[in-house]
Amino acid sequence: MSGRVAVVVFPGTNCEYDVLRALQRVGLKGELVWHGEGSLEGYEAIVIPGGFAHGDYLRPGAIARFSNVMSAIVDSANAGIPTLGICNGFQVLTEAGLLPGALQKNSGLKFLCRPEKLEVVSTSSIVSSTLVKAQIIELPINHFEGNYTISQEGYEKLIENDQVVFRYVDNPNGSMGSIAGISNTAGNVVGMMPHPERASDLLLGSIDGLSVFESLKFKIS
Amino acid sequence: MDVAVHTALGLTDDELDSIRSILGRDPNYLELAMYSVMWSEHCSYKSSRLHLRRLPSKGEKVILGPGENAGVIDAGDGIAVAIRMESHNHPSAIEPYQGAATGVGGILRDIFTMGARPIALLDSLRIGDQSDPRNRFIFNGVVSGISGYGNAVGVPTVGGEIVFDPTYNSNPLVNVAAVGVLKRENLVLARADGVGNRAILLGASTGRDGIGGVSVLASAGFGGEIEQSKRPSVQVGDPYEEKRLIEACLELLDKKLVVGIQDLGGAGLTCATCETAAKAGLGMDVFVDDVPRREPNMEPFEVMTSESQERMLAIVSNENVDEVLAIATKWEVGAAVVGIVTKPVEDANGEKVGILRIISNGTVVGEMPAASLADGAPIYDRPIEEPNSIAEYRSVDVDSLDLSIDVDSDVESMIFDPSVIYRQYDHQLFLNTIVGPGSGATLLRLASPEVGVTNRAIALSSDGNSRWCEIDPYIGSQWIVAESALNLALVGARPTAMVDCLNFGNPEHPSVMWQLSNSIDGIAKASLELGIPVVGGNVSLYNEANGRNIEPTPVLTTIGIRESVTEIPPTNRPNVGDSIFLVNAGQSVSLGGSRLVWSVKGVKAGNLVEVDFETHRLLIDTIIGVVSAPNSMGMTAITDISDGGLALALRDLVKGSGLGFTVTSPLSSAYLFAESPSRVIFAAPSSSGAVGYIRESGLSVDEIGVVTGSAFSYPTEK
Repeated sequence: MSGRVAVVVFPGTNCEYDVLRALQRVGLKGELVWHGEGSLEGYEAIVIPGGFAHGDYLRPGAIARFSNVMSAIVDSANAGIPTLGICNGFQVLTEAGLLPGALQKNSGLKFLCRPEKLEVVSTSSIVSSTLVKAQIIELPINHFEGNYTISQEGYEKLIENDQVVFRYVDNPNGSMGSIAGISNTAGNVVGMMPHPERASDLLLGSIDGLSVFESLKFKIS
Repeated sequence: MDVAVHTALGLTDDELDSIRSILGRDPNYLELAMYSVMWSEHCSYKSSRLHLRRLPSKGEKVILGPGENAGVIDAGDGIAVAIRMESHNHPSAIEPYQGAATGVGGILRDIFTMGARPIALLDSLRIGDQSDPRNRFIFNGVVSGISGYGNAVGVPTVGGEIVFDPTYNSNPLVNVAAVGVLKRENLVLARADGVGNRAILLGASTGRDGIGGVSVLASAGFGGEIEQSKRPSVQVGDPYEEKRLIEACLELLDKKLVVGIQDLGGAGLTCATCETAAKAGLGMDVFVDDVPRREPNMEPFEVMTSESQERMLAIVSNENVDEVLAIATKWEVGAAVVGIVTKPVEDANGEKVGILRIISNGTVVGEMPAASLADGAPIYDRPIEEPNSIAEYRSVDVDSLDLSIDVDSDVESMIFDPSVIYRQYDHQLFLNTIVGPGSGATLLRLASPEVGVTNRAIALSSDGNSRWCEIDPYIGSQWIVAESALNLALVGARPTAMVDCLNFGNPEHPSVMWQLSNSIDGIAKASLELGIPVVGGNVSLYNEANGRNIEPTPVLTTIGIRESVTEIPPTNRPNVGDSIFLVNAGQSVSLGGSRLVWSVKGVKAGNLVEVDFETHRLLIDTIIGVVSAPNSMGMTAITDISDGGLALALRDLVKGSGLGFTVTSPLSSAYLFAESPSRVIFAAPSSSGAVGYIRESGLSVDEIGVVTGSAFSYPTEK
C-alpha cells in the first residue's frame, strides 16, 4: 500500500489541512488535489473535506459537481476506491449522485457548531470497520445544511442495505431517522456531516474521530 | 465653489481652506470627494490622534506597532503573529447583517495584507435592551452576519463578548479582532516602493456600494429618520470572494511577487493609493478607467471613493506582472493594472513631494500631494471638560446603601448563556482551539500550513466595560486591562500585547473628549505597569443615537504567548468534593462599579478602587506558574472575579460541568457582588500543590466553599 490519499480542494474548501493532519496521525499520506485536475490515478482513497466549495452558491455542492475533478471521482468511486465526503464533501457527493438523498437547511434554521454523540449503526463501511455496532462516539458538527432527507422508499432501502453508518443520539438538525452518515450500497462511498478530523487530538479534547481514519487505512491495506 | 458641496461631504469651512492652500487653487469635485473621505474622523483620527500618542507601543516582542495595517509581535522560533481590532458600529446599526459581515471581511484583509494567514476572529458585541424589537433585530442580524461571513470565509471565530445594555440602544458596538500567523521573514508592508512599479487591483469589481461610508456614516451620529437614508453607504460582503482573495494573496506574498500590498477598506481606492505612495515618499498615477466596474457610467469620484469589499492593491515590479495575473486567474480572482508608481516632484521649497494623479480618458482629472491626503488632515485639540455626572457618582457611598439584595434572584438576572451565539460560529477550524469560546480567554495552538504545527500557543481575551468607564474612565480602563491580562494567565499565557477599539460618543462634546482622554491615560498606565504595549487599534467616535452619547466603551483584545502546551488548562473541569479557594482576599473591595448596583438595582453611582499593580503582577505570574505546571498542580477549575462579582464567578467555575457549589464562608451579600480587581477563585482538592504554591508566592488563599453535586448554595445572610 502506498497510503496516498487524494484530498480534493475546491475554491472555498477550508478543512483540507485539518484532514491532512488527521490522515498523518494514522499514517496515511494525504495530498491536496485541485478541483481542476482530471485524473486521480495512483490514489488509494479520496477525501472531500468540509468548507464552502464555490461559496455554496446556489446550493451546497451544486456547482462543485461540475468541476473537472468530479468525473475522476465518479470513475474512482465506481471502481471501488474508498471515497469519503465530510460535511460539505457529503453535500457534494449527494449532488453528484454518488450517494442518495439530499441535505437541507437545519430544522432550527441556524448554523450549528458543537459536539454531537453518534451511534455506530453499520460497521461494514470504509469508515466504521474498526468501530463496534451500537458504540457511541462524539464528533463535532459544523453546518447550516445538514438536515438529511430522502424519500420513504429510499430510506427503507438504506436500512435494508445496511447503508446507515452513523445516527445522532440527539438529532440536532431534523435529519430523517437522525441520520448523520451513510454509505452507497457497495459500502466504498461514505458521506458524513460530523467532522472526524476535529476529534483527532487529545489536546483538543477528543480522539474519537481517529477510528474513522483508522478504518479507512484498514480498508486500503 | 458651492459651499454646500464640501459641507455635504462632511468637510468644515476651515478644512476647505486648508485644501485650497495645499493645492494653491480650488479643488474640483473629485479632489474634494477624495479629501473628504481621507480627512474623515474614521480615516484621519483627527480628534483622537493627539491623545493616542500617549499610548505605549514599544516592547521587546513588538515587531510592528500602530500605523501599519496590523500590529505584529514575535512569537518565537521565527514565527510572528499579526493582530488587529476594528469597530463596525455604524454600518451594523443600519444594516446589521452586512455591517457585521463586512466588519469581519475588513479586519481579515488587514491581517493577510501583512503576509499572515488569518487563524482566528473574536467578536465583542454590545447591543441595546432586548425588550426592544429594533435591538433584537440588530442582535440577530449581527450574529447571523458574523456566522454567515466568518464561517464561509474559513476563519474560526474563537472568542468574544456579548453585553446587552440600554446605553447601546440603536447604536450597537460591533468590535472585531483578527489574528494571523506568518514566518517572520515573510512580513510585507503597505508601501508603493520602486518608481515604475505597477499597482494591481485584485479581487472584486468596483460598484457604487459604500460610497462615503467613512465620512457620511462612520463619522456622524444617528438621528430619528436619518438612518434609513444612510443605507446606501453600507457595503455588501462576499465571503467566497474573500476566501479566494486570501489564498491568492498568500500565494503572491509567499512567492515574493509583490513589493507592497494594501487592502481597500474605508475610503477605498483613494486610501490605498495615497497611503502606499505616501509611505514610500513617491507618487502614483491612477488610470481610473482601467478599474473593473460592476455598474455602468460610474464617475471617477465614485470609483475612487467606493467601498466595495474584497479588494486589494498590490505593488508589483513590471517583470512580475504576468505571473501575478496568472496566480489571480488560478484562484478566479479579478486582477487589473490600474496604476504606476511615479517619481516625486520638487515643490517651491525644494521638498520632494509624491503626487497622486487620477487620469481618465488621457487627461488628468485630479492631482494632489499623496501625503496631504494620507497624513495632512488637521489635528484637533478639542475642548475637554469633566462631565457633571462624575461628581454626582462619587458623592454616593454605594456600600452603605440598603440594596435589598436577594443573592439567588439577583445572580439569576445576570446569567446569559453565550453558547446560543458561539454555536453559530465555526470555532474549531484549523484544529488549534485548545480552549474555545465560553471561557475567560481562548487558547490556540500556534499552527498554520506555512509555519507548521508547533507546541506553542497564543491566548486571546476581549474585554470592555462601559459601566466602570462611565464612573471613572481612568481607573475603569485600568480595570479592563488588568482583567484582560489576568484572563490570559488563567490559560497559562504571558500577556504580551494588546489592541484596542475606543468606542466613544460625539467628540464635539467636551465631556466625551474628557472620557476619551482619561480612558487613554488609564490604558497607558495599565499598559506600562503590566508591560503590555498597545500595537494597534481604532477609534470609533460619534456613537450617539437620538441625541444621547453611549457610555464610554474602550474594548481591548490582549494577546499572550505560551511557550509550550501539552495539556488542556483547567478552565472548568471541577470534581465533586473539590474545595473552592479565593486568592487575594486582602484586596480592598467595594460595590462601586458593580453590575449589581448599576444595572440590577439601577443606582447610577459609585467609586472604583485603585488597581494595586504590584499585587496584580504577582497574581499573573503566580497563576501562570500553576496553570502551566504538569496537571496544573491539581487545580481543576479557575476563573477571575469580574463582571457580576464572586457570585457570578462561582457559577462560571462550575459552568458546563453540571455540578454545583456550597459557599461555607460567611461572606456578606455585598462582598459577593463586588467587582474589584486582582482576585481569582479556583477549585482543587484541598491537598493539591496549587494551594501551597500560591501561598508561597505571598498571595493569600482562603477556602470559601466546596464543589457539590448540583445546587448553587450561597451564604444565607440577608
